[in-house]
Parts: sequence; C-alpha cells; structure tokens
Amino acid sequence: MKFSDIFKKKSSSDVAKDRLKLVLVSDRASCSPEIMQRIRSDIIEVLSKYVEVDIDGIDINITQIDSEEKDGKTLPALYANIPIKNMNHTAK
Amino acid sequence: MGEVIVITSGKGGVGKTTTTANLGTGLAKLNKKVVLIDTDIGLRNLDVVMGLENRIVYNLVDVIEGNCKLKQALIRDKKYETLFLLPAAQTKDKTSVTPEQMKKLTEELKAEFDYIILDCPAGIEQGFKNAIAGADRALVVTTPEVSAVRDADRIIGLLEANEIKKTQLVVNRLRPDMIKRGDMMSADDVIDILAVELIGQVPDDENIVVATNNGEPLVGDSSLAGQAYMNICRRVIGEQVPFLDLEAKKGIFSWFRKK
Repeated sequence: MKFSDIFKKKSSSDVAKDRLKLVLVSDRASCSPEIMQRIRSDIIEVLSKYVEVDIDGIDINITQIDSEEKDGKTLPALYANIPIKNMNHTAK
Repeated sequence: MGEVIVITSGKGGVGKTTTTANLGTGLAKLNKKVVLIDTDIGLRNLDVVMGLENRIVYNLVDVIEGNCKLKQALIRDKKYETLFLLPAAQTKDKTSVTPEQMKKLTEELKAEFDYIILDCPAGIEQGFKNAIAGADRALVVTTPEVSAVRDADRIIGLLEANEIKKTQLVVNRLRPDMIKRGDMMSADDVIDILAVELIGQVPDDENIVVATNNGEPLVGDSSLAGQAYMNICRRVIGEQVPFLDLEAKKGIFSWFRKK
C-alpha cells in the first residue's frame, strides 16, 4: 500500500456496500410494522409496572451496530429511548 | 419427477429472460427434457429471446382456460428436440391466471419433463405470485447495483416466506475491470450482503446482445458469458463446477485475439 493511498477517498463499491447494508436493515425491519407496534406496547406495559413512562416521548426503532467480534460485520439492534415521567410510580 | 425452477429478480432489466433462455437451452444441451414457461402475461419476451416468436399459436392463458390442450401450446425449439416453450399471452393481463392454476400446470408438466423453468415478471404482485406458486427452487438474478441487490433481498425474503426450499443467486453483468478499480461490487460482496448461495457469476458481455439479436441463446459457446451460463446449468444438475476467473479468462482471450 502506497503512502498516498491513505488519503484516497473510499471507493464507490465500498460506498455502495455501506449504503446497501443500511437500507437493507431498515427494509428488513420495516417488513413487519405490526411486530414493531407489538414490541413497543409490550415494552410500555412492562415498564409501566415500575415507573411512569412518557408514552408520547417514546422512540423505538431498529438500527445497526458494529459487531463486537471486530470482523467488520454489523448487527441489527433495537434502539429505544423511553423518557420516564415519574420514578416512584406504583403498580396498580 | 421434474424440478420446477423459477427465475426471478424483483427489479426489471437485470437479465431474467436471458438467464431463463440460456439455462433452458444449456440444460437441453446436457440432454435434459426442458420446458420454459413465460409467465410475464401482457409483456412476453422469452419467445423473441429464444427466436420462436413466429411459431406461436396458443399460449399459457389458452392452456389455463382450456382453449387448447397443453401439448398443442408447447413450441419445440429450433435446435434442441428436448426443449419446449410455453409462451405468455400478449393480450391478457396477469390476473388471467391464479397461483392455484399455475401450480396445477407445473405439477402436470413435472411428469413429462426433467426441468420446468419459469420466467417471472418484474415486481412482487400477482405475476410474481403466479410464477413462484409451484416452484421447488428459485434462481434470483441480480446485477452488482444497489437498487438491484436491494430488490433481490426483498425477493429472497418473500421466497422464504412462501417456503421455496432452495434459493440461489446469479450475479449478472459483472465487469472485472470496474471491480478491480473499486467501482463495482464483486459477486462475493453481493453474497456477503444477501447471505444466500451463489450459483453463477455472469460477465457483462456484448455477445449477449448479439445472441439476443439473432434469437439464439449463447450458452455453451466460447464467449465468457456462454461459459458462465453453461457452468450454471452444470451446477443446477448437481455438478461441482468452480467459478470462472472472469479476469484471467479475459486476458487469455485478448491474447488470442491479438495473434
């Protein structure tokens, strides 16, 4: 590898691969919006036993993260941001 | 008992019909009894790629509707006695046939032929559902482009959902020079992304255009695409064939040409 290669910009096939991986993660996940909806309501139900969650502020979706094996692969991950209104919420 | 293979892609224009024609002709060359079915009702093309457009009397919809016997609608190939074509109707639409009817038809053909190969229309609507209804195996054709690979992924998901037992990938229109300089994904790159078995890598070859002009599939000739398609046929019948080194072969041919 030449020294100048370090400054070379990413090849277009690498760009294509990265874009594809991203688009496929969301394609594959969005195949079943029903499942996403069910995951969302189940999470709310479980958390509501212990705390009062801000239902309108919930953000749940599938993204992708780098694999821990450092093999360059990425894995889908469930990302959830759930604001809590009140920690001392008691279950009914 | 024959095997039903559907050739599909999702995206249009990636080479489904060319692959169907070459696969069918190649299998006939290997002494198999083959019938090709064009399921692209309303937009038939397999007949012209095979060079059989002047011999059509009856079509798929005629068979389904009972206007003729199945045997009457099968067109024998110009060259190969064991190769037949069942053309699509040009004046009907895809809703003229149901998946159940297609399944019944392919079951009937299985008794007579070694391979029943269905050329699937682009898209994931009725035509696609008809084409995959009776399929035992699917060959998904894609090109090394983001849009085609994305559609292939969708198709692979739908094939799985429809319990097609075996799905394999053909990567078409590869350009070794572009892959080498990092401007095109290789077949391996595509396989990594789609996580499916590779059954063929076909180079972008201008001989394909010539073959289509003449209505004579080039499978088995000395061109790179001809060799690549023949290798796919051999893999379909279960032979272990190594993948062509598209780059190296090209070098040898240009060397011959120079001499």
